Amino acid sequence: MAQPVSQPHTSRRVGPSTGKIITTVLRYALLIILALLFLIPFYLIVRNGLATEREITSPNWTFFPSTLHFENIQELISDPDHPFMDGMTNSATIAILQTVGQILVCMLAGYGLARVPYRWSNLVFYSVLVTLMIPFAVIFVPVYLIVSFLGWVSTLQGLVVPGVFSGFTAFLFRQFFLSFPHELEEAGRVDGLGYWGTFWRIVVPNSFGIISALGVITFINSWNAFLWPLVVGQDQSAWTVQVVLSDFLNAQVLNLHELFIGSALAILPLVIIFFILQRYIVEGYKQSGLKG
Amino acid sequence: MKTVSTSPSAEVRASRQEKQRSVQRARMRSLKTALTFWSFVGPLILGLTLFFYIPIIWSVVLSFANARAVVLPAGFVGFENYREMLSDPEFIHALGTFTIFAVFIVPTTLFCALGLALLVNSIKFAQGFFRSVFFLPTACSYVLASVIWKMSIFNGSPYDLADTVLRWFGATNVVAWLSSPSPPWYWLVLVTVRLWLQLGIYMIIFIAGIQDIPRELYEAAFVDGARRGWQTFANITFPLLRNASIAVLLLNVIAAYQAFDEFFNIMTGGNQILARPPLVYLYTVALGNQDYGRGSAGAMILTLIIVVFTLIQGRFLGFGRAD
Repeated sequence: MAQPVSQPHTSRRVGPSTGKIITTVLRYALLIILALLFLIPFYLIVRNGLATEREITSPNWTFFPSTLHFENIQELISDPDHPFMDGMTNSATIAILQTVGQILVCMLAGYGLARVPYRWSNLVFYSVLVTLMIPFAVIFVPVYLIVSFLGWVSTLQGLVVPGVFSGFTAFLFRQFFLSFPHELEEAGRVDGLGYWGTFWRIVVPNSFGIISALGVITFINSWNAFLWPLVVGQDQSAWTVQVVLSDFLNAQVLNLHELFIGSALAILPLVIIFFILQRYIVEGYKQSGLKG
Repeated sequence: MKTVSTSPSAEVRASRQEKQRSVQRARMRSLKTALTFWSFVGPLILGLTLFFYIPIIWSVVLSFANARAVVLPAGFVGFENYREMLSDPEFIHALGTFTIFAVFIVPTTLFCALGLALLVNSIKFAQGFFRSVFFLPTACSYVLASVIWKMSIFNGSPYDLADTVLRWFGATNVVAWLSSPSPPWYWLVLVTVRLWLQLGIYMIIFIAGIQDIPRELYEAAFVDGARRGWQTFANITFPLLRNASIAVLLLNVIAAYQAFDEFFNIMTGGNQILARPPLVYLYTVALGNQDYGRGSAGAMILTLIIVVFTLIQGRFLGFGRAD
């Protein structure tokens, strides 16, 4: 603080000072340690999933199994006690349907709320905003009662449909469409398109970014959901992979190598999606703060 | 059509007809607008009515009723369900569990996420790589993390990672991570699961906040003699991250209320009573005992608490305002 003006001068002339180099090195060292800590769980899944039961439960830590036991996959798939493949199929079906449904319904609603000058539009918007206050998880008992009244327990529609209607996603789409360039839409109007025509021909093709961002987050949340699939998917045939893993985790007989190879397979689709679409996931979380 | 009296001139008559026609046209147009609006918004509102509004209203009704194993009320009992829930030591204990959990997890998450964001943002080379690494756990589910934490890190047997590492440092006994009431090591397990899964998201929110701060502010501060480091952080970065911090804080509190997956999967069997958050307890009441009246009352109490938090959040974040 003593010589405020001269400070930038000196540093420019001398180049990076030793102090600066040391802090940089320390920063990288800290980051590398933290990164390794964050990667340990992934390492453990792969290590345990490809090991034998005996290697996992040996008190002498082996860094990695000497031979990779890929036959664990075969063993897991043919294990009659744990419907793993059914779980994967159910999870994929539910996640895809829920994502497509939620994006479609909420995108339409967001556009209607943002653009159609209906008299009661604000009132309808407030009724959507109210739903943002109460997370779905907290009202799982009430929603379960409706779903069981409809006879949807352990059915695909019971698992999928209640998760389609997200006030939050609709809210985010509305915010996005409010800032959508008017001129583009005007061009459509001039060409004789109505609201529907403008929406499908002009707005949707220019909203790829937000559709991908919210879509991929919806997909991840849907694939990883546990409480609702646990509550509604009561028959074993309706279990998602998360419920299968949870049941496996709490089974009487320990079978760690199968449990871990199952975990590895359950996360594989998401890791692939993560690396391909990471940009959109980051964008989605930035926009939504936290969606969960 | 109105019958037109003979006296007014043809001009007046024509203008009146014109007006009527335009009123009709306006009505047609507004009807058309209404139809267009509902064709866009209708599906969402229908769904929210069916899976949000009706369940909540139904639940309010059931919370005043006797409803065991049936989803229709069988006799009303007034505030009995609420009285029972609020005097139920297990429900109160669950709310207490949540509070302890929030006290651990909220400040820890806030500081770690902010620290991580500052650290990642401060480097130039390989920034994207480190961001990806810290963000990668967001692809994982709580169930998956529970499997790893419970079976491979904090199992309480000689072969788990935590005990192996402790042995390298000379420990001889295996630690009962999940089953010992004191010291309550299970909180270490539960808090680290959530930190691992969530830090990445909050870090992203903070990094976005940091990058929104205009460069000129720092330049102006340097001209005024501020030093890089603590001074700029305390006077520029942190104050301008106020909104991001409040967002992270309240999202975190609300997320803590919804804690279910990792508690349900990690604290099983006899360990469940050590740390049972509200939703796990409601699950037991509503789906285990099929007591939908009390389950509804519990859900309504929890909803009320959350609404209060969300309203506070709304005040700070200005939800609903188009920015």
